[in-house]
Amino acid sequence: MPSVAAYDFPDFVETALFLKGEPVFALADGTARFTAGGERTVELHAGGLLTARLDPFSDRLLSGGEDGRVVALSSSGGAVELASIGRKWVASVAGGPKGVVGFASGRTAYVRMSDGTLREIPHGRTVEDIAFAPKGLRAATARYDGASLFFPATEAEPVSLDWKGAHLAVFFSPDGRFLVTAMQENALHGWRIEDNKHMKMTGYPAKVKSWSWSAKGKFLATAGAPAAILWPFGSKDGPMGKQPLELGTRGNTMVTAVACHPTDDMMAIGYADGMILAARFADGREALLRRDGRGPVRSMGWDAKGRFLAFGTEAGEGGVVDIAG
Amino acid sequence: MSDAATTAANPIPVTVLTGYLGSGKTTLLNRILSEDHGKRYAVIVNEFGEIGIDNDLIVESDEEIYEMNNGCVCCTVRGDLVRVVEGLTRRKGRFDAIIVETTGLADPVPVAQTFFMDDDVRSKTQLDAVVALVDAKHLPLRLKDSREAEDQIAFADVVVINKADLVSPEEIAVIEATVRRINPHAVIHRTERAKVPLAKVLGQGAFDLKRVLDQDPAFLEEAAHAHDEHVCGPDCDHDHHHHDHDHHGHDHHGHDHHGHDHHHGEASPIHDVTVTSVSLRGGELDPKKFFPWIQALTQEQGPNILRLKGIIAFENDPERYVIQGVHMIIEGDHQRAWRDDEKRESRLVFIGRELDADALSAEFAASAAHQRADA
Repeated sequence: MPSVAAYDFPDFVETALFLKGEPVFALADGTARFTAGGERTVELHAGGLLTARLDPFSDRLLSGGEDGRVVALSSSGGAVELASIGRKWVASVAGGPKGVVGFASGRTAYVRMSDGTLREIPHGRTVEDIAFAPKGLRAATARYDGASLFFPATEAEPVSLDWKGAHLAVFFSPDGRFLVTAMQENALHGWRIEDNKHMKMTGYPAKVKSWSWSAKGKFLATAGAPAAILWPFGSKDGPMGKQPLELGTRGNTMVTAVACHPTDDMMAIGYADGMILAARFADGREALLRRDGRGPVRSMGWDAKGRFLAFGTEAGEGGVVDIAG
Repeated sequence: MSDAATTAANPIPVTVLTGYLGSGKTTLLNRILSEDHGKRYAVIVNEFGEIGIDNDLIVESDEEIYEMNNGCVCCTVRGDLVRVVEGLTRRKGRFDAIIVETTGLADPVPVAQTFFMDDDVRSKTQLDAVVALVDAKHLPLRLKDSREAEDQIAFADVVVINKADLVSPEEIAVIEATVRRINPHAVIHRTERAKVPLAKVLGQGAFDLKRVLDQDPAFLEEAAHAHDEHVCGPDCDHDHHHHDHDHHGHDHHGHDHHGHDHHHGEASPIHDVTVTSVSLRGGELDPKKFFPWIQALTQEQGPNILRLKGIIAFENDPERYVIQGVHMIIEGDHQRAWRDDEKRESRLVFIGRELDADALSAEFAASAAHQRADA
């Protein structure tokens, strides 16, 4: 039976993850909490934190806040300001190769290059999100009526990938062949980058606000339904013409957070009532990782080996599950 | 996603403040932020520039209208509000209410629809009221040169006629008659220097189906008589001008429990009004006839319907059913049991453009539960 070390934080947990083996919780109040060996608090944003994401290239946490700052937090607890754009909200951040950082505010995407220079890429509509491709310095932004692909190190015009509707989040597949957006219209949209072929992934009763690629990118697991919805991306055509796998179906609540195991074909599924289940892809078998709580699970993250799972809820509950017990 | 686990126990009230540049919005916002009322407000503005107060709960937001990709042309939301409201509502107890300021040229409809159409926003907030500030001096000109000014009044629950001291009593009477003609059901306040008491614009519960009709029993009556509440300076001696409505007692095929009132305002010197309202009244309705009708109607004529509100008495239903709508979005719910001393009648009001009063009246009458021929 898995064991849980539980924490009670004073505010909404935006992001729960591991940085070099250390569980870290980024709270909407603008602080980060390290829990191993006695709780430590690091101030990231005055006013409040709007987003916090793992930088997979540099193993650090990037955050954006109501104070218009972008901050990088390392596993040692050191927080460094990377950019400050004044009194504007920074609601999306992304880490790229060689320490490059992207973020967005209003109708501008910003890319802070390795040498510290800040590039501004103006957009016609609000930049809802930004992401970097796994290889090469290539970035994508989500916006109304599609996504834009661009090379931040060059002056070349962004390439527009068009699809009607409001695109709120964007991410690449681990092999870099697909770009996926999450939409206001309770759907995902995908493009195969080599030929701009479209993939419509629909049927969600709610917006998809959490997603996770399984080991080797075989599946894209998503929240936004009463079950975790896993789209098969293993073949060259991605999920085109295929049915998704559904795991952890529950009738009376919704999946609000997903985190695929880093090595095995299994995942953690967090629900609106605070429950967390583990589910295996092969046979759908489930195991309870955490009973229900006071608020929806907002964020989950595995350690590199896949033994510990950090989680945080909208009600400020946090914890680390040891699946080996 | 609106299941219990994600629905806030106490949704945060949201007031939408519309009005042209110069109507006094900024003065009012500064008062809301600085007055000693014991409440904390988050204010979403288009530009910081105009607000003279430094406050960490003022958020700048670019108006971003998203048409929903669902084949419905009037299903629009404000994408920036979805994002900002989500950010603001994550932390509990940080503030008591949200105020959304829109620019003079803004269409208030996407703002309001955001609070109905986005599940996340809807689960955490409740639209309280749409408040329109109008500048008494410049309203006639605004109505001539823009449709937005008229839309803002037509869509409002509360209209504050500001700068009343800058015009003559005759002029203000005309302004008020014009506002009434566009929107007979709004609460109107006259004021100067935006000195309307905050209690008259905040915490109105105008979109609260459970509350609005109960606290305001005269709602859907002839509003001009029931709603006038002027806020006047000491020198104010304006005449409380009410214009009369024509009361058409149409007799449709002999069933007398039905009638409707058209709000044909009396001739106004301002001829630039394109919004009309239609008030319908009848007896008990048959839900099997009423719902298909209202759904088809809002689907077909949604773009022309700015607001609709009603109280419906359904046959064999002990509870009052209340309904409201914005364009193609309608929602309804049982409100409470009919009281013994209440007449079980159905009332429905449309505010919009190109409304065919006779057709609406006939279709409403056709939803009656029992078509009686007796007198």
